[in-house]
Amino acid sequence: MNLPENLKYTKEHEWVRVEGDVAVVGITDFAQGELGDIVFVEIETVGETLAMGETFGTVEAVKTVSDLFMPVGGEVLELNPALEDSPELINKDAYGDGWMIKVKMDDASQLNDLMDAAAYKAMLEA
Amino acid sequence: MKTTAFNQLHKNAGGKMVEFAGYEMPVEFSGIKDEHMTVRNGVGVFDVSHMGEFWVKGPHAADLVQYVTSNDISVLTPGQAQYSCFPNGHGGIVDDLLVYCFSPEKYLLVVNAANIEKDWNWVVSQNKFGAELENASDQISQLAIQGPKALPVLRKLTDVELTKIRYYTFVTGKFGGFDDVIISATGYTGSGGFELYFPNELADQIYQAIFEAGAEFDIKPIGLGARDTLRLEMGFCLYGNDIDDTTSPIEAGLGWITKFNGNNNFIDKALLHMQKNEGVSRKLRGFEMIDRGIPRHGYELADEAGNTIGVVTSGTQSPMLNKGIGMGYVAIAWSAIGTEVYVKVRNKLLKAKIVKIPFVSPQ
Repeated sequence: MNLPENLKYTKEHEWVRVEGDVAVVGITDFAQGELGDIVFVEIETVGETLAMGETFGTVEAVKTVSDLFMPVGGEVLELNPALEDSPELINKDAYGDGWMIKVKMDDASQLNDLMDAAAYKAMLEA
Repeated sequence: MKTTAFNQLHKNAGGKMVEFAGYEMPVEFSGIKDEHMTVRNGVGVFDVSHMGEFWVKGPHAADLVQYVTSNDISVLTPGQAQYSCFPNGHGGIVDDLLVYCFSPEKYLLVVNAANIEKDWNWVVSQNKFGAELENASDQISQLAIQGPKALPVLRKLTDVELTKIRYYTFVTGKFGGFDDVIISATGYTGSGGFELYFPNELADQIYQAIFEAGAEFDIKPIGLGARDTLRLEMGFCLYGNDIDDTTSPIEAGLGWITKFNGNNNFIDKALLHMQKNEGVSRKLRGFEMIDRGIPRHGYELADEAGNTIGVVTSGTQSPMLNKGIGMGYVAIAWSAIGTEVYVKVRNKLLKAKIVKIPFVSPQ
């Protein structure tokens, strides 16, 4: 299972990569595998400030619709523009080209509430 | 949970298993889009053994089948199959089904997995004719080999002249070395191919033979996910989504399998005939998204102001068209081809338009 050590993880299968006070957010390789072919990503919260755990968008696979949750609170700065025409990037490269949003974190200490790779792996295997 | 005779083979092939109609079934293998395009352009194999099979036999077999189904079986000759439905006595539909005519005294009814028990009880309860009934659902395996390359694959495994089996006809013959396999030119994909029926004991050997014969054509196993997207691109109804006990065949656009001629006396004939003559208040229609979005079962259909005009019964992203498509019941005033309607997706109104089905025309 592909679980990069340098990321933080949520129970809802988002990942976070910290770049200064900005959090880059996507969904995990496990999540994309469970969803199957992703065909549509809808994120209309750019410019909004959302709390940790609030919904920032939805991802649709052929058969299912899933909400996307803020792993940390803050302002949604931008979304990955490539996902509009190529949502399959999430299937192909969940931690790289398939990133979803960048968030200006309100409170970086919230990162402490997230899981590291080992804890996330343990949750998946539980 | 019940399993089909192919259960371990699906797991060996990497199938993602889910519960469907009480059976553990594969929802996908290589991915729904890949499987979908495999069937449209090549050949894929579906395990549809969860479906139910009832034999109706004896001198009164035809009377019972004619009475419980909406279509007219008097036109069937041995070797023909027919799409039909069971009207429920109140203008709704118990199930949709295929009727196979083996002889005027022997028919096979193939019904949906989720409805086997309900259908069986219904048919038994309507058997005032004394037809012989046998529920063979747990003994019969069924594979659907679908796609433009199905013919060259299956040809390698039988001497039966497959090109002579016209659409909606069937032959019982030797296949893969086994006698009495039912080879039917039917399917639920719109891409051509065959459905095979045989005893569970042959499941392993027939499956292996098909995949060996199909290797040169890149044959792949296909799950329930692509089965749904393939049928929806064709506008084929799915029981439980598009039709059910509360929808009439006339509303559902199944007037073509509801025959009111003198030969056909069936449950709800008078009621459905009245609906056909006087018109219905809603119609099942196909629609394509104009705005970006994917319709889903249960979403509301609305007018521009947001007033409800109907409901989505099936929806997906079409792998062939790369846009959202769906079917749903709409009020008659909104049912004309080309009419703009709106789909309520997460409290937004997304524009769509009523289109003719099928949505696609596979080769």
